[in-house]
Amino acid sequence: MKRIVSLIVLVGVLMSLLAACGSTPAASPTAAPATAAPATAEATAEATAEATAEATETAEATPAAMTVVEYILATAAGMTPEAAAALGTIKIASQSPLSGDQSALGTGIRNGVELAIEQANTALAGSGVEIAFAPFDDQAQPEVGSANAKNIVSDPDILCTVGHLNSGVALASLPDYSNANLVMISPANTNPKITESGYANAFRVVGRDDLQGPIGARFAQESGVKTVYILHDKTDYGQGVAEFFKLEAEKLGIEVLAFEGTDEKSDFSSILTNIQAANPDMIYFGGLYPQAGPLLRQARDRGIMAQFLGPDGLDSPELAKLAGDALEGTFYTTVAAPVSQFPNAAQYATDYTTKFNGAAPPFSAQAYDSAAFCQAAIVTAAVEANGKPTREQVLAAMKSLPALSGITGTYSFSEKGDPNPATYYIFSTNSDPALWDQNELTSKIESAPPTE
Amino acid sequence: MVAEANVSKQNLQRQRTLQTLRTVFMPLGQLLLFIVGSAAVLGLIVVVVAFFLSRSDPKIMQTAIAILPQVMIDGMVRGFLFATIALGYTMVYGVLEFINFAHGEIFMVGGFVGAGVAYLLMQWGLLSTLPWIVFIVIAIVMGMTVSGLLAMATERVAYRPLRNSPRLVPLISAIGMSLVLQDVVRLIATSSPLGFNARFETPNFGKPFQIASIPLGERAIPVQISPKAVIFIVAAMLMLLALNYLVNATRLGKAIRAVAQDRATASLMGINVNQIISLTFLIGGALGGAAGVLFGMNIGTVNPYMGFIPGLKAFTAAVLGGIGNITGAMVGGIVLGFLEAFVASYLSLFTGGAFSGASYADIAAFSILILILIFRPEGLLGESTTQKV
Amino acid sequence: MAKNPPHTPETGLWNQLNAWMTKGPAGYTFLSLYTLITSALLITNPRTSLFTDIVFVLFLLLILAIYRSRLDMRFKVGLAVVALGFVLPYFGTLNPYYIDVATQAGIFATLAMGLNVVVGFAGLLDLGYVAFYAVGAYLWSIFSTPQIGNMISGATPVGEGWFYLFIIIGLMVGGLFGVLLGLPVLRLRGDYLAIVTLGFGEVIRVLAVNLDKPINITNGAQGIKDIERPPLFFAPALKALGFNLDNNQLYQLFFYFMVLLVVLITMLVVGRLKNSRIGRAWTAIREDETAAIAQGIPLVRMKLMAFAVGASFAGAMGVIFASKQLFINPPTFDLLRSISILSMVILGGLGNIPGVILGAVLVTLLNLQILPRIAEILRTAKEAGLPIPQSFDPTQYQRLLFGLLMILMMIFRPEGILPEDRRRQELHDHDDEPVEGQA
Repeated sequence: MKRIVSLIVLVGVLMSLLAACGSTPAASPTAAPATAAPATAEATAEATAEATAEATETAEATPAAMTVVEYILATAAGMTPEAAAALGTIKIASQSPLSGDQSALGTGIRNGVELAIEQANTALAGSGVEIAFAPFDDQAQPEVGSANAKNIVSDPDILCTVGHLNSGVALASLPDYSNANLVMISPANTNPKITESGYANAFRVVGRDDLQGPIGARFAQESGVKTVYILHDKTDYGQGVAEFFKLEAEKLGIEVLAFEGTDEKSDFSSILTNIQAANPDMIYFGGLYPQAGPLLRQARDRGIMAQFLGPDGLDSPELAKLAGDALEGTFYTTVAAPVSQFPNAAQYATDYTTKFNGAAPPFSAQAYDSAAFCQAAIVTAAVEANGKPTREQVLAAMKSLPALSGITGTYSFSEKGDPNPATYYIFSTNSDPALWDQNELTSKIESAPPTE
Repeated sequence: MVAEANVSKQNLQRQRTLQTLRTVFMPLGQLLLFIVGSAAVLGLIVVVVAFFLSRSDPKIMQTAIAILPQVMIDGMVRGFLFATIALGYTMVYGVLEFINFAHGEIFMVGGFVGAGVAYLLMQWGLLSTLPWIVFIVIAIVMGMTVSGLLAMATERVAYRPLRNSPRLVPLISAIGMSLVLQDVVRLIATSSPLGFNARFETPNFGKPFQIASIPLGERAIPVQISPKAVIFIVAAMLMLLALNYLVNATRLGKAIRAVAQDRATASLMGINVNQIISLTFLIGGALGGAAGVLFGMNIGTVNPYMGFIPGLKAFTAAVLGGIGNITGAMVGGIVLGFLEAFVASYLSLFTGGAFSGASYADIAAFSILILILIFRPEGLLGESTTQKV
Repeated sequence: MAKNPPHTPETGLWNQLNAWMTKGPAGYTFLSLYTLITSALLITNPRTSLFTDIVFVLFLLLILAIYRSRLDMRFKVGLAVVALGFVLPYFGTLNPYYIDVATQAGIFATLAMGLNVVVGFAGLLDLGYVAFYAVGAYLWSIFSTPQIGNMISGATPVGEGWFYLFIIIGLMVGGLFGVLLGLPVLRLRGDYLAIVTLGFGEVIRVLAVNLDKPINITNGAQGIKDIERPPLFFAPALKALGFNLDNNQLYQLFFYFMVLLVVLITMLVVGRLKNSRIGRAWTAIREDETAAIAQGIPLVRMKLMAFAVGASFAGAMGVIFASKQLFINPPTFDLLRSISILSMVILGGLGNIPGVILGAVLVTLLNLQILPRIAEILRTAKEAGLPIPQSFDPTQYQRLLFGLLMILMMIFRPEGILPEDRRRQELHDHDDEPVEGQA
């Protein structure tokens, strides 16, 4: 009897809790930052102008490249009707966390791929080429990623994968892709190991931490920083990028006062005491925004007014929400500027908002480009094979693609699969989460990947 | 005769009041003693180590001394956090001999309630107009109410049906409850405007109080304590006093002590044991909720998983001080807080950056727990003064 | 359970059906047909889909059905060998995903059996069990990769053939760590022990993250990659038999059989231990420590033994896991992992070996297949416009599920799905009395 009563109470409590969440449909903070802010602010206009100016500068250096979509259409036009008929089903897979803490970014990646495939299918409607989409959820966990990878590999129709938000998951899944010679093109992984581990099938359309860190260090030097206190979050990402920052900072003659890791999430008082004693010009934090927010707020509360710099892990409107006014004097380097910064991406931003009802999160435009490159490689391989290509043929086609311009930049892949050159951005922050898209672009740097 | 009787009655009355006052305020003295004591001991260790290390690098001594006062303040704030959470553990343990694993989550819920109250006040535009003391009282009272009731509900749902089962059974149920609470709060938070990482809005408390300024080279290192931290410490001390009064000087307290000592006999004496146990959970949960509000306000952010590690450390603190003993819990919290702050601030300084102090602070806390359990399982305040709640 | 008469009288349609289908000619026909149909469906539908998922779960349930049936032992063993030794591996060559799921389920089954020795047999709640697993995994990862050169300058990785030896070393080192942790803490009361082991688990994880300085032992948060795999000694033989498989498939089969073998050995060892003097001593300790001491049972030594035995299985499995996974990093060994292993043990039935294996398989399937599948269906439903809260995603709420599972199991069925006889009696002999009242 007692037990039944307690069961009823338990169920009742849960039901009322569920009801409570059901009745507040006001907002869904896990899903994407606020609504797309209309790009009207002066800052954006300036930044865009600046960006376009620089883009044209680089465009002078390399002759204007064909866009990926043009390339796909041109190539598909050369396909014989028999080949098109023999294609059968062709799929592109995506793997990213669709659940968990990082689902906002992961869902953006998935949606970017979906949009690219949909638009290409519409454009290719007459040629008989149609590509299907197979999204997977890696839950940001290495084992889930590698189990999914086996699943992807077992489906012979999947000829290309766009994937992984987290480097650890990508590294765990790459052996499986590699065994099947399946192309993996990453829209977000900045860890150098992705393309440095000897996997011929690994590509990415973003820069690398061993350049992102040093670019931060050069920025620090240019802003007159003499001493820096480096903190990181003890994850492969945060510690990795902080180490590259440290190496370059030391090379540039900036004094590194400390290099310390912490997985503390809330109370940073002990670290701040040490920072206060060290009195640096700049604090570099290699980590993500949930930690950076309270850290910044507590630091400013204590009267620590040093400049604050971090990698692309800080790139989220959540940071503005958590830190608020404390964001003054905060900068971040990133490989993914908000879509409003890309000259060609305005259309993408609108399309995304129309289809998915929310602004495109970081890395979503890169996912769109990744998928477009997948399609380009598949179509090229299909023309050569005169029918359904094998994974090896797609891989070969990917390696031989000419320099093509996507919506986030012009890419050709280096021997290892890195984009050559890659673009890095440095932004200063503003404290209004709704205006995060309009953070001021401080500088934009293009850099070739190391070749060694 | 009558007059004499009256006088002696008055005397008796006065003596009783004095007695009460002593039992209520004594622990505060004990606590201060431990604060001063552990600060002195750890400070001394730091100075001695720094002295030996400074032979190779004289800067170490300077820096070590310069940050010492600030480290002590950090340690004290951290200590009071552990102490207030530990009170809840120790109360429940005293009565039921059961580790309420979900207590860390009760603490977290308090933090979220505080953040929610602050959010609503801000939405209504009251946050900046309301006097700060009113804001704090509203937030704490709300946090205490929700957390206290929630603690009572968890006991009713997940622990009471298991009261006569083997020891392991309620413990596993408590671990389950801890996981459930984490994710239920997460579900609610992510569906509300607060979000997974919720910002704790506060009125502007102003700049930190500058206590001193220590010269280091050409610069001066400030020693400061933020107004929020002062509020935290004052509130924690008030809670300790109130709890002491409740347990030692009221009928309810007497009933609680009776149940703690012998449940069966207490029930024979006409005490409603179930009710007393519920009340114990209510009080412990309310204290945890208050700690959650104060902590959230202090650090500025709350998230659904923030309660687990502080909860674990608070349990360590309770064991360190002698579990079941109220003053012991406070003392254990303070000692642990100091220890962590010292390790976090000095380890990397003393090892030349080879060991990152902030990472090893957790290891220090758990090592202390193991050492205490091996060498002095009855805790710092020992069996002699242990008075079961 | 096959030998013992059931606890409740067999009434109701389900029980009668159950009784009819699990013995006699009906039983033989039913099981054979079951095996045949699920196997045929699996092999003809190798592509991953909802349908194959369901068939796969049914296929795994077959093992449970075989175990619960009351048929000739030879028939049962034969059927199990056909299912696990031939059908599943063959299906694995068609679709590597499912055999990976089966392998992971096997890994967790071993871990759950190991934890079961500590929690189920000896009644010591260990919340840091994954630490021993981590120790084994890091052991092989460090010694088989150039990481060893970072730790000891000039040292070179051991050859791939050492893998088998390292399973033994993992076993011993795991046991050693069990003793090291056990020595100081086993004098503690049960609930203190829970907290200390939890702390120990965290300490090991924190050490794994932090021991890249001052000497690089674990490579810190970056994790260790390119972990060595054992040589494929059986590849030429298979080739000679006409099986043309690539290396990847061979490794999958290899690890599947390796894990299966370890599961069988663990079952055997744990089963033997349970009914030995030691096992009875553990039970005595679990039931009543004071009485056990009075019986002359060496308390600390027996507890240490439980700790060491449990930990050694985790250590050995860690070696295999690292080699199978090729890449490990500290977040793999977090507290949630310990708790999910514990919930496997509790779900299946504390103390009962088949129950614990069932629990491990169920939780693994839940994590890898069922929850993601439900999430996918919910997402589709959401896209179709059904009102489902944006943030509600079942894969995201594993903790909630494990938590509810623990509470509900404790309240309603503390003996688990497949209970151990002794425990069932122990936990239910008060059922007729009112639960109300004082201790």
